[in-house]
Amino acid sequence: MPPSGEAAGTTARPPLLRMEGIVKHFPGAKALDGVDLDVLPGEVHCLLGQNGAGKSTLIKVLSGAHQPTAGRILIDDAEVTIGHPVAALAHGVATMYQELDVVDGLTVAENIYLGHELATGGFTQRREVARRTREILRRLGHPEISPHREVGQLPAAGKQIVSMARALSHDARVIVMDEPSAVLDSGEVENLFRVVRELTAQGVAIVYISHRMEEIRAIGDRITVLKDGRTVGRNLPASTPTRELITLMTGRAVEYAFPRRTGVPDDAPVVLDVQGLSLVGAFEDVSLQVRAGEVVGLAGLVGSGRSEILETLFGARKQSAGTVSVSGRRLRPGSVPAAVAAGVGLAPEERKSQGLVLDEAVYRNITLSTFARTAKGGWLDERAERRVARQQAEALDLRPRDVDRAIRTLSGGNQQKAVLARWLVHGCDVLLLDEPTRGVDVGARSELYGLVRALADNGTAVLVVSSEIPEVLGLADRVHVVSDGRVVHQAPAQEIDEHRVLDLVMEGSVA
Amino acid sequence: MSASTAAPPADESTERRSWLSGPAGRNVGLVVALALICVAGVITGGERFADIDNVVTILRAAAVTGVVAIGMTFVIISGGIDLSVGSVLGLTGVWATTVATQTMAEDLHWLVMVVTALAVGVGAGLVNGVIIAYGRVVPFIATLAMLASARGLAEMISNRQTQRVDVAGFTDFFDLDPLGVPMLIWIFALVAVAGWFLLNRTTFGRRTVAVGGNAEAARLAGIKVKRHTLYIYGLSGLAAGIGGVMMLGRTTAGTSTNGVLLELDVIAAVVVGGTLLAGGRGTIVGTVFGVLIFNTLTNIFVINNMSTSAQSVAKGVIIVAAVLLQQRFANRSRST
Ligand SMILES: Nc1ncnc2c1ncn2[C@@H]1O[C@H](COP(=O)(O)OP(=O)(O)OP(=O)(O)O)[C@@H](O)[C@H]1O
Ligand SMILES: [Mg+2]
Repeated sequence: MPPSGEAAGTTARPPLLRMEGIVKHFPGAKALDGVDLDVLPGEVHCLLGQNGAGKSTLIKVLSGAHQPTAGRILIDDAEVTIGHPVAALAHGVATMYQELDVVDGLTVAENIYLGHELATGGFTQRREVARRTREILRRLGHPEISPHREVGQLPAAGKQIVSMARALSHDARVIVMDEPSAVLDSGEVENLFRVVRELTAQGVAIVYISHRMEEIRAIGDRITVLKDGRTVGRNLPASTPTRELITLMTGRAVEYAFPRRTGVPDDAPVVLDVQGLSLVGAFEDVSLQVRAGEVVGLAGLVGSGRSEILETLFGARKQSAGTVSVSGRRLRPGSVPAAVAAGVGLAPEERKSQGLVLDEAVYRNITLSTFARTAKGGWLDERAERRVARQQAEALDLRPRDVDRAIRTLSGGNQQKAVLARWLVHGCDVLLLDEPTRGVDVGARSELYGLVRALADNGTAVLVVSSEIPEVLGLADRVHVVSDGRVVHQAPAQEIDEHRVLDLVMEGSVA
Repeated sequence: MSASTAAPPADESTERRSWLSGPAGRNVGLVVALALICVAGVITGGERFADIDNVVTILRAAAVTGVVAIGMTFVIISGGIDLSVGSVLGLTGVWATTVATQTMAEDLHWLVMVVTALAVGVGAGLVNGVIIAYGRVVPFIATLAMLASARGLAEMISNRQTQRVDVAGFTDFFDLDPLGVPMLIWIFALVAVAGWFLLNRTTFGRRTVAVGGNAEAARLAGIKVKRHTLYIYGLSGLAAGIGGVMMLGRTTAGTSTNGVLLELDVIAAVVVGGTLLAGGRGTIVGTVFGVLIFNTLTNIFVINNMSTSAQSVAKGVIIVAAVLLQQRFANRSRST
């Protein structure tokens, strides 16, 4: 293990926050098994680890959402007990959770000040709240979001910004961010980093969780690595080589690369054919084709209409014009069952609200679109369901393997794998993937890429949306650049690079 | 990834999961509650409570509520509510005992009355379902409207008169008691068992839980959520129809006041039985226990000659107490 020396220049300061020997047992699972973490004022402390390593659990212990089974938490060298989330805030610890935790029915301002409403004599000070909300949103680079907008109407990225704004509204000394960038595109991430730098300059400490190495390089100061609920690397400098970090995280060396393209023969039949598809207010006149064995990527900014395009293809929204055909047969507009029957599958963007039945067992989530098929005359065949679920768990390295537990108890990345597994079980001719690697760790990512490529090689037509441009470029055969609801360019993936994509996106939104 | 990263083997995490976390565990609170009530019954009522005839009385009284509650369990698990069951039950009884229906039953077979009642129940349920699923009216409002309309229709049909059952075959059937157990109890048992299989062993049940747990995820997985919602309300109407027939069997008369306020007893029993009002979780066994708890309690009050007002107060207390107990056990068995 590399020396657990302190990063240069930070040795003098005493830690602001120290967690020692934190242990957390859940019924049937040991999530944390002795984790240490110390965070200095004004630093960005990155927390790394595979899916299910215990990162989210650790920060939930810190934020008072979970009670540790053992271990101590010290703030300013004084031991504290954080019995509930309000106590954490009182100690100056604010948290942005991995899963969006906004209330859809409330406005932006109400969400941001939820739990610490500004009020005199029981009456909320609406104007003051709105003013401060605008102020925070401006700092985050989003003056266009109205404080009075209902949060349910914002796209995923907008919700993430509201969640960020909420953490900022607390004047915290430690802000914990659990995979904040998962829903954001590169521009947004830049905004986030700017705010993070402002905060650290004021002495605020940030605990930052992400599976994206480039981000850790960009803003991280020190790194703590978790593996299977234990600290395996303490206070490493942010310059630690990626290979070394991955080895620490996984206990072995992993090749982080995209699978080789195998090339699509020219005579491969067009499986998905979209002509002039429009949805008022979201996108316009989208035409694209995906051939059997081809992976097509939609690149663009969050909010450019890519998710809406996928959802419309899938029948989850009803187009205002245009047609979608699968293998030459036209799909009934606005009908998900019709799309599924034609062999189309969608792994949606928001896994919690669109993908999962949280209280149900893992295997039932995996077989959610196939249980009726395995059933015999309406009678479920749960043994067969468990069997295919276990196969997928094995293939995707789902952790833990136990498919009978409620899916709510899985880590975020593992939940994502379960959603993918559903369509792998289903076996699709057309697979629509919306941010398929969101929250998935480095090792599992390469595996997912390999899997997508393998599916394509078996003749599946794949359409991928991702906010990580390198991912789209690395994975797809052909890329369509979407800007403001229009396809502004299309090219083979090898003939285009990240800068060109960004340029196109910008031009598109100006035009 | 490779096995060298030591993924915990599946059984490691299952081993410490006690029986408490199983479906049986979730009902422990209910068993305890029912046991306590029975103890109270024995203490206050002695021989009169702990008598086989009295047990039969309790079950017979519980049967109608029980059957309707089985249907309601599906509705509530799917995330809905059906306030119209009491009125629909009344309507089915009235419709099945009109002169026209009874004359036809005399001519053909007494089952004509049963089929009529069931058809009316399913029909009313489907109307609820269409309004809710396709009209996008919230279940509370749609079924509240049905509650009013069905009752009104029953009054119009019966002219607010009591309609005696004159078909001998019908009354004879409900006088049967195979193995010493009255017909009503048999029907309740049969419906409960069928309900259990339907919920736990069929695609219908799986869809119900999925729709209640996350309707959007279910829809995006290709489940026909609207059609399923329609079926669920149809099922609840069917249960109300069966309840209506049973009520005729018990009282040998159809009146428009049959089943007034039944919906409250039914919903209370389902919720006390551990079904989440928010949907996504619930059990048939829990519902059966919920029904038994209420009816045993009522029985104890009757034995001890207590006023109906006192009964109502006690009912309220029981609802809260049972739900609290239920949560206590549920929390212990569920991971936080
Ligand atoms: N409520 C719970 N009940 C039981 N087990 C749980 C619960 N919450 C988390 N776990 C388990 O604890 C382990 C750590 O989960 P955690 O969510 O902390 O992982 P993570 O490091 O945040 O992963 P990811 O990168 O996927 O978000 C996992 O094995 C998970 O299944
Ligand atoms: Mg996590």
